[in-house]
Amino acid sequence: MRIVPFVISTVITAGLVVTLNKKWGPLPPLGKFLSPQQGFWQNAEATDHNFSADLKISGLKGRVEVYFDDRLVPHIFADNDEDLYFAQGYIHAKFRLWQMEFQTFAASGRISEHLGNDPRFINYDRETRRLGMVYAAENALKVIEADPSTKSGCDAYTAGVNAYIQSLTYATMPLEYKLLDYKPENWSNLKIALFLKQMSRTLAGFENDLAYTNMKSAFSFKDFMVLDKQVPDSLEPIVPKGTKFDSPGIVPIQPASADSLYFSKKESINIAETGKPDPNNGSNNWAVSGKKTQSGAPILCNDPHLELTFPSIWYEMQLNSPTVNVYGATFPGSPNVIIGYNDSIAFGFTNAQRDVKDYYEIKFKDDSKQEYWYNGKWERTNIRVEQIKVRGAKTVLDTVAYTVFGPVMYDKSFSTDLSKGKALAVRWVAHDPSNEGLMWFYLDRAKNYDDYYKAIQVFQCPGQNMLFASKSGEIAIWQQAKFPARWYGQGLFVMPGEDSSYQWQGYIPQKENPHVINPERGFIVSANQRPVDSTYPYFIPGNYITMRGLTITRRLEGMEHITPEDMMKLQYDYYNTFAEEARPLLMKYIRENDLNADGKKYLDMVKNWDLQAGPYSTGQTVFTTWWDSLMVVVFQDELDQVHPEGVMPESQTLLEALLKDSTFKYIDNINTPQKETLFDDVTAAFQKSVPILQQEEKDDKLQWTKHQDPTIYHILKSITAFAKEGIPVGGDGDIINATTHSHGPSWRMIVQLSSKTEAFGVFPGGESGNPGSKFYDNFVDKWAKGEYYTLWMMQRSEAKDKRVRWVITMHDE
Amino acid sequence: MKFIVAIILTALLAFIGGVYMPWWSLAIAAFIISLLIPQKGGKAFLSGFLGVFLLWAILAWWINMKNESILAKKIAEILHLGGNEYFLILVTAFVGGLVGGFASLSASFLRSSNK
Repeated sequence: MRIVPFVISTVITAGLVVTLNKKWGPLPPLGKFLSPQQGFWQNAEATDHNFSADLKISGLKGRVEVYFDDRLVPHIFADNDEDLYFAQGYIHAKFRLWQMEFQTFAASGRISEHLGNDPRFINYDRETRRLGMVYAAENALKVIEADPSTKSGCDAYTAGVNAYIQSLTYATMPLEYKLLDYKPENWSNLKIALFLKQMSRTLAGFENDLAYTNMKSAFSFKDFMVLDKQVPDSLEPIVPKGTKFDSPGIVPIQPASADSLYFSKKESINIAETGKPDPNNGSNNWAVSGKKTQSGAPILCNDPHLELTFPSIWYEMQLNSPTVNVYGATFPGSPNVIIGYNDSIAFGFTNAQRDVKDYYEIKFKDDSKQEYWYNGKWERTNIRVEQIKVRGAKTVLDTVAYTVFGPVMYDKSFSTDLSKGKALAVRWVAHDPSNEGLMWFYLDRAKNYDDYYKAIQVFQCPGQNMLFASKSGEIAIWQQAKFPARWYGQGLFVMPGEDSSYQWQGYIPQKENPHVINPERGFIVSANQRPVDSTYPYFIPGNYITMRGLTITRRLEGMEHITPEDMMKLQYDYYNTFAEEARPLLMKYIRENDLNADGKKYLDMVKNWDLQAGPYSTGQTVFTTWWDSLMVVVFQDELDQVHPEGVMPESQTLLEALLKDSTFKYIDNINTPQKETLFDDVTAAFQKSVPILQQEEKDDKLQWTKHQDPTIYHILKSITAFAKEGIPVGGDGDIINATTHSHGPSWRMIVQLSSKTEAFGVFPGGESGNPGSKFYDNFVDKWAKGEYYTLWMMQRSEAKDKRVRWVITMHDE
Repeated sequence: MKFIVAIILTALLAFIGGVYMPWWSLAIAAFIISLLIPQKGGKAFLSGFLGVFLLWAILAWWINMKNESILAKKIAEILHLGGNEYFLILVTAFVGGLVGGFASLSASFLRSSNK
């Protein structure tokens, strides 16, 4: 009679299987996950893994050969464009599927669906949807699908991604799916659009409108504009100073009510913004013409600064078909090469930093949000009910009202701190229908300046400085996008939305966008600085960074007979131009006699510093701590009057104010009876830094790299096992080598357009997105040292070259 | 002898199951072998356990060696095993073994209850 033990034992077995097949909290389903035949062990790629394969895939028109070199960079050769994009989609998915899909979940507010029931995730998803990200992508998709070349390219790319997804089994699925226990869904053209909208959000989603609106309660508009200085004294704009601009094609008119309803209206907006883009998102690019280079051929350089992640946002590849031969960095999730070169030209990008996102205050009739007051009557909103799926919990419904301006991002139901029931609609260029991908389709095939110029016309958002150089010797740059023409001060603060008078009145004509073509001085620089001097006839607020542009301009001015090696050194440069200007000021106003022994020691570190923000510099650490402290000493007393909080001005603004006027009005601490001097502030700032520095020294963090702790995190930031921490590099946001804690040069490229192109590149990652592959992070050391790989534009005839390590062939059944 | 044969056959069938079916097919494998090779409770459990334990340990060890421990170290950190890949191999094998052992035990009870 063993029935009872049989039942008990069977129940235990079944219970074990069920338990081990299920995710428990952060733990993956252990049985499934640990199975050597199917679980994570299957992602532990043999270090001598053979990537070669012969794939029969239905839907291909011809034959595709993908040659992988020793760095696992694919060189795709296809008989026609459709097969080319099919293969690009397939290869992107093969090496980066999880990242591609997760990025589109982030772009469309769907992270709770997979990451679970956490208020932070739900809040992120709500904010993403309320910003109108999916609406923007849907608008873009209509234009994408109306154009035959992007439609067929995207269809083929999507088919390629899906062919890979359909080939997957649990065993072959990317590791992150196993860890988080979900499966990839089918790819679509909408996801391509979503990916590009996510780039707009990262690069053209930054403004301080809400916080600036708060600041009106404590600062007059005039005072505010001193702090939000539009044209820094040390600006080296992209368009050389003194260039004459055409008279404006559009002159926007300030509404008559602006003084009372806009500039001097005091209000405070208690909204906590959750998903603000990093203000350091930016980049360097520059080109030198043949007259400044040793070879006589132009050199183009580009290093986009972004959040550094595993897998990298970039994937290196070569695309070849009868219509195109291009090499460079691609975005997994989008067809074409994004930063690169072909047989005739090279192209690169930096961010324009211009503000293209504004808020309007909406008056709803009632809480149903069905109607809002506009131009003297109640207008109907379009209601979009967002359904946010939450893993392990009920779907969250969120009602978003769309107005003539755009979606009402904030209202009573989102960010409950909102004062007086304010509803704010967002007007953002990224919402407008456009087809940015088409630009890259053209650019990859461009042969000369005219082709390039035609290509960039279709591009609307995010605003980019589009650098060009050609084998025929031309260099050029256009700051390209659809930019609103603003009256002075328009859009810095939340604007009244009860009628059309505060709406954008038009856009700056494309021809008037800042541009430089074959400049006299023989080089072009863009590094997120304001693109033009004060004579440009438009008001163009933005989140500009001045110093890198200045440093690069000074360097290039002094260089002749430039080689690609010189450019490598320049991209890695650590020189701190800001400190060069600020140090004498600090030294002049510090009361040295007030310092204790440690204070004197730290002061010496700044005094004797070579102004290099290298990894082992202590001067950089002391200087930065001191300066940051000075910003607080000077401005915090005034900013404390702003509720809930104001925005610290730029360091550049303070420096330039103090250099001109040592009695700058904010030096005085308004909370003390006496009147502080610059001596008091500089010394107080230093004294406040001393204990911080003592602690840093105790923790062995006085060296700049230990202070910053440069780290490349996995996209799932909490999984530090997939990160690389403590990378020994220096740099900072306003230094050419713009590496900070987790942010920096995400791809460095140098292309010399000599008769045989010489190109070099490196990115901090690897071609494989698999944490179990040796190709996951194998470029990082080289990147950290400022070294480069030689980029190989492979010829079809080189199939037998010894650099080819693996071949994947694809053909129809 | 029976005991060792049971271990080897369990491992073999579990391996074949793993090629075509989800991971829990190892339970079916251990169950079938235990039905075919009758053993008393404790021995049945142990042969099921060891069959799968050895299979999973050897497979994991082999994969880890070919991978030069790149991934196992990371996963061992995520699973709070101090980043030690050999602990991870043991945990892996133990989890598989446990299921195999109970499946095998169930079959042995079934056989004896049918007598």
